[in-house]
Amino acid sequence: MSATAPTRARRGHDGWWPLLFVLPTMFGVVLFYLWPIVQTGYFSFTEWGAFGGQTWVGTENYRRLADEPDLGTAVVNTLVYTAIVLLGIPIAMFVASLLSRPGLRFSGFYRVLYFMPYVAMPTAVAMVWRLIYNGDFGILNWALALVGIDGPAWTSTPGFALVAVSIVGLWTSLGFAIIILSAGLKTIPPELYEASSLDGATAWRQFRSVTVPLLTPSVFFVSVITVINGFQLFDLLYALMGQGNPAIQQTQSLVYLFYNEAFLRNDKGFAAAIAMVILLIVGAVTLLQFRMQKRWVTYA
Amino acid sequence: MKHLMRSASLAGVAAVALALTACSGGGDDAGDSATVAATDAQAEITYAIWDENQKPAIDQNIKDFNKKYPNIKVTVDLTPYQQYFTKLQTQGESKTLPDVFWMNGPNVQLYAANDLLQPVTGLVDSGDLDPSKYPDALNELYTFEEEQYGVPKDFDTVALWYNKALFADAGVDVPTDEWTWDDFSEAANTISDKLSDKGVYGVVTELNSAGQSSYYDTILQAGGFMISDDGTTSGYDEPESIEGLQFWADLVESGASPSLQQLSDTKPNIWFNSGKAAMFTSGNWSVAEMKDSKHKDDFGIVRLPKGPEQRATVIHGVANVVAADSENQAAANAFLSYLGSEEAQRTQAEMGVANPAYDGTQEAFVDSVPSFGIEVFLESADEMAFPYPISKNTAAWNALENELLPQAFSGERPVEEVAKELATAMDEELAKE
Repeated sequence: MSATAPTRARRGHDGWWPLLFVLPTMFGVVLFYLWPIVQTGYFSFTEWGAFGGQTWVGTENYRRLADEPDLGTAVVNTLVYTAIVLLGIPIAMFVASLLSRPGLRFSGFYRVLYFMPYVAMPTAVAMVWRLIYNGDFGILNWALALVGIDGPAWTSTPGFALVAVSIVGLWTSLGFAIIILSAGLKTIPPELYEASSLDGATAWRQFRSVTVPLLTPSVFFVSVITVINGFQLFDLLYALMGQGNPAIQQTQSLVYLFYNEAFLRNDKGFAAAIAMVILLIVGAVTLLQFRMQKRWVTYA
Repeated sequence: MKHLMRSASLAGVAAVALALTACSGGGDDAGDSATVAATDAQAEITYAIWDENQKPAIDQNIKDFNKKYPNIKVTVDLTPYQQYFTKLQTQGESKTLPDVFWMNGPNVQLYAANDLLQPVTGLVDSGDLDPSKYPDALNELYTFEEEQYGVPKDFDTVALWYNKALFADAGVDVPTDEWTWDDFSEAANTISDKLSDKGVYGVVTELNSAGQSSYYDTILQAGGFMISDDGTTSGYDEPESIEGLQFWADLVESGASPSLQQLSDTKPNIWFNSGKAAMFTSGNWSVAEMKDSKHKDDFGIVRLPKGPEQRATVIHGVANVVAADSENQAAANAFLSYLGSEEAQRTQAEMGVANPAYDGTQEAFVDSVPSFGIEVFLESADEMAFPYPISKNTAAWNALENELLPQAFSGERPVEEVAKELATAMDEELAKE
């Protein structure tokens, strides 16, 4: 990421060869990402029939969206979810530095263990957590009952449901953050630790003054990805809560709102407008993160 | 930073999902004359269904079908009911509907009106199909603008399932065919009180996402209705309809039924199946599941209790249909005719998965689990059945029911207020049809 390559020849000298090499990738990107975005932009100004066929309705969908009471709820829920999942980064940093301590046995095994939830299918993960969270028969409430707490129906009580989903999101994303941060740790030159210990720095001081600042590029990368993923919260929420859940209206995310309009109510023009809003929000937040990185990211 | 850029473009994923569904090509209209494949025809067709419990019987149907048509390969596409019609609508949009698929009452008019289904008239004319072998109510359900589009597969009515062992534990007399609402409520409350330390409830039913086995029936029993006979106005604001909804709200409030949260975490069929609820109002589709329950020997079935006005259950049936633009129309028609045949429906009955539509095959279903008393469903169909409420775009107001009514059942808002809001919103949807 932080490129240390020697200054490259200016692009003009390479001729058209580089273009040829990126062509296959660009083809896919244009066909599967850019073109659908353009199409969705167009659809957001149309109304759909039951089985396709669009009529132009101008900005009607956006006007309806502005009056949609669920939009505000969905934005807030999505932000809360993303914020909670971001809390996983400090945890991942801590675990990653433990895993990369010299002389730790089975470190590869631990790494696999932490990474597993990330590669497991969200639906499968959600099925297991649904059992854990079950209000009447779940192991979580059973454990709480042992210490005298009467736990709620975690995934079907408004408020609790969002926290329950966020915790699973955090748990799932931990593995990815740990892998990236572990790789980041490896790029920190060992001389810095030697030098600082000669100067009498404690392990904690080393973590604070060497590890943390030099890890910021990786932390930046992980946080950008986490935020983007956070804004796309859908499958986990859907699988964990299921349909016909009394708390879904208070817990829905932006993409859930999109799904509901597009595929359950079959109002695809309106849904396209929601998709455009999601795209704009994610774009704006990501841009903001890139702007802010100067303030806190240290490139060695 | 290349990886980052690639991931950033994931932001367009939602947009992609939408756009992919839009790749609709222009399909050409299917001819009116239906052809049935010759027995040596070669083809591969897809059959879409939503009930996992019926899969073994369907596989058997296909095996038997292949004895006559060895070269027609049928692939079953199983999608859970919750996603089935979402997927089907997307397939309809992109002209990729399965060749043969299950259809239900709420959706048939939508598909027929958009010319996505092949009328079965041609098959009737050619003698490959005889509608008089199926109940009239079902033929009518699948007829739109004078043309029949579906071949009835089975039919469902709703009855009261109960667990004898739990009634005995609580010292309450088991339900009878003569029960009234009061008998039902009293028993449900007593059982919940007496067996609360075992976590057992008096009654469970589906309240979160469909009314067929719960409030549709009680609304009718109270003398109300969901939709007017001409399909133009909602009946939810009628006092009798509100009474039918209040019945369930009261059972939830008194604790005779688990809360809506509990019914969402653990579905009603699971509560009953695992012996944690003494009563369960459900249709004959539950036979396939309950015959494998650990507590199956304790289960019995009686008619739904009589309401303040009358006895009632809604009747509904699934039908098989062929897509209008199927590329293997002849093979699909051959399979459709087979699925509508006495032999195929008897197989389904004998395997205890469905109450078949074909005249005279229902006995086999009743005998599939003699201890249950399945004949109650047939008697209910003859004596107290009302048509399932549908209109041209049923899904639109079904979504309103699912969004609003749980607020009434949970006690969050007064039943009357919710019912009136629902009636107004539903009337708006019906006006659009």
